[in-house]
Amino acid sequence: MQIYLPIAEISVNAFLLLGLGGIVGVLSGMFGVGGGFLMTPLLFFIGIPPAVAVATEANQIVASSFSGVLAHFRRQTVDLKMGTVLLIGGLLGAALGVVVFNYLKAAGQVDLLVKLCYVAFLGVVGGLMFIESLNAIRKSRKAGGTPPPKRRQRNWVHAMPFKMRFRTSGLYISVIPPLIVGILVGILAAIMGVGGGFIMVPAMIYILGMPTKVVIGTSLFQIIFVTAFTTMLHATTNYTVDVVLAVLLLVGGVIGAQIGTQIGLRMKAEQLRILLALMVLAVCGKLALDLLLQPNELYSLGAAGGH
Amino acid sequence: MRMRLSTLICALLLALPAWATDEEVVLGLSSDHVSITTSFDGSEILIFGAVKREQPIPTGEPLQVIITVAGPSESVVVRRKAKWKNFIWVNTDTVKIDQAPAFYAVATTAPLSSVLTRTEDLREKVTLEHAIRSVGAASDAADAPSFTDAIIRIRRKAGLYQTLEGEVSLDQQTLFRTAITMPANLTEGDYVARIFLTRNGKIISTQQTTIGVRKVGLERWLFTLSRQQSILYGLMSLAIAIAAGWGASAAFQMLRRH
Repeated sequence: MQIYLPIAEISVNAFLLLGLGGIVGVLSGMFGVGGGFLMTPLLFFIGIPPAVAVATEANQIVASSFSGVLAHFRRQTVDLKMGTVLLIGGLLGAALGVVVFNYLKAAGQVDLLVKLCYVAFLGVVGGLMFIESLNAIRKSRKAGGTPPPKRRQRNWVHAMPFKMRFRTSGLYISVIPPLIVGILVGILAAIMGVGGGFIMVPAMIYILGMPTKVVIGTSLFQIIFVTAFTTMLHATTNYTVDVVLAVLLLVGGVIGAQIGTQIGLRMKAEQLRILLALMVLAVCGKLALDLLLQPNELYSLGAAGGH
Repeated sequence: MRMRLSTLICALLLALPAWATDEEVVLGLSSDHVSITTSFDGSEILIFGAVKREQPIPTGEPLQVIITVAGPSESVVVRRKAKWKNFIWVNTDTVKIDQAPAFYAVATTAPLSSVLTRTEDLREKVTLEHAIRSVGAASDAADAPSFTDAIIRIRRKAGLYQTLEGEVSLDQQTLFRTAITMPANLTEGDYVARIFLTRNGKIISTQQTTIGVRKVGLERWLFTLSRQQSILYGLMSLAIAIAAGWGASAAFQMLRRH
């Protein structure tokens, strides 16, 4: 069934969009990532104009994250206090990111920079996570199936002032590291047009030392607000949010997110992490190949700006 | 439609100017507007008409018909990638094309080269190559024509540019008809349909009409809202997103309980 999108101004198959939304929704629920880093390139691929894809994707992430976070609220795996600290950082970062984005746009080559950002971050994050998870699995096998001892080594994170108790995460750390993580993720989210979960989740696990189960719900909680902010920004300045496209994606997405959350709860933390790592590395590899291999069509069309 | 045709002919006969000695086009359209609805999936427009003449059909070279349909023109930026430091592919050259139609179809009764001379083509801008205006392009890059070729190649692939040689059928050198297929990714605006009658490659008569392509219903409402009440539109999008998220969560809760 073909459906015409009023803002994107193209006609696409409704079931294709529902399916895409569903698959990305499952991943989003499983890993606590918004799925934007997967969905945005997929939307480009089916011919949605990039500006519309990025803006609409932000709106869709609000829906799938909201659906996911409710499931986590019921299991009490959301650290509201930590989420709020990250959110404050995230909004600051997003505002900064928009400034950086506009500066880069004026300098030209913003597309290339966004892609290089993707490749670098996805590569580093995915690689580190993959190695770490492999080691964790190997260790737990050696120990005869007993869970690995909780790593609570004191690092630089614990040496900072303004300590705060995060009861749900079982942490007593300074608010500065979560704030910095929030700001950095916010900047990247605004530049790369994604929720930023795929960077925040590893940062919460490895830098802040939060337990994996709490990380996902908390990251979803923060993503809702950052992407809602981004959606409003795109809707009022670029007029690129396509609500028909968003509805189709989110109907699939919210259902997928519920299924994903159930799957995620039945899996071991190390398995979850290794899967997320593989997925991140796969997207990274695809983007890197696009930059390295000669494209089929060297030319591309764009609307002339400023009219 | 026959009614309309005959009234048109009558009108033309009444207003017959003194110089109209030769052959003239009388034109009809299956529809003078295209409505973009939610289920819009492209459209086919039937363009037909007749040749009106006062004398018997002239002998010699047969009459030929060329029909063009052009969408609204806009400027387009064409970028070309090149390998940067032998490493990655980067957009390096940019050329701005002043005017390129969003849609362009040209249908003829025979190969274009045989029905239209180059001078006539240049004057009336009939073929695709002349419909795209790139005056300033030459100063942007040394090989500007390759950028114009790129537009044609990319849009032809998308079905936005069509050359339909031999697709116009002409009966008794009097009645002609053709069908133009418009793809689903149409831009809104006024589409201009032109009909040329040629003999020996010379244009002897032209006629022009407009087909309005417009969004209607929900499509129109959403589009207008997003431009004029963008804050409201943004809030509406967010409300839908949150409602859908909550709805799915509540539905699954119910399912699990049973």
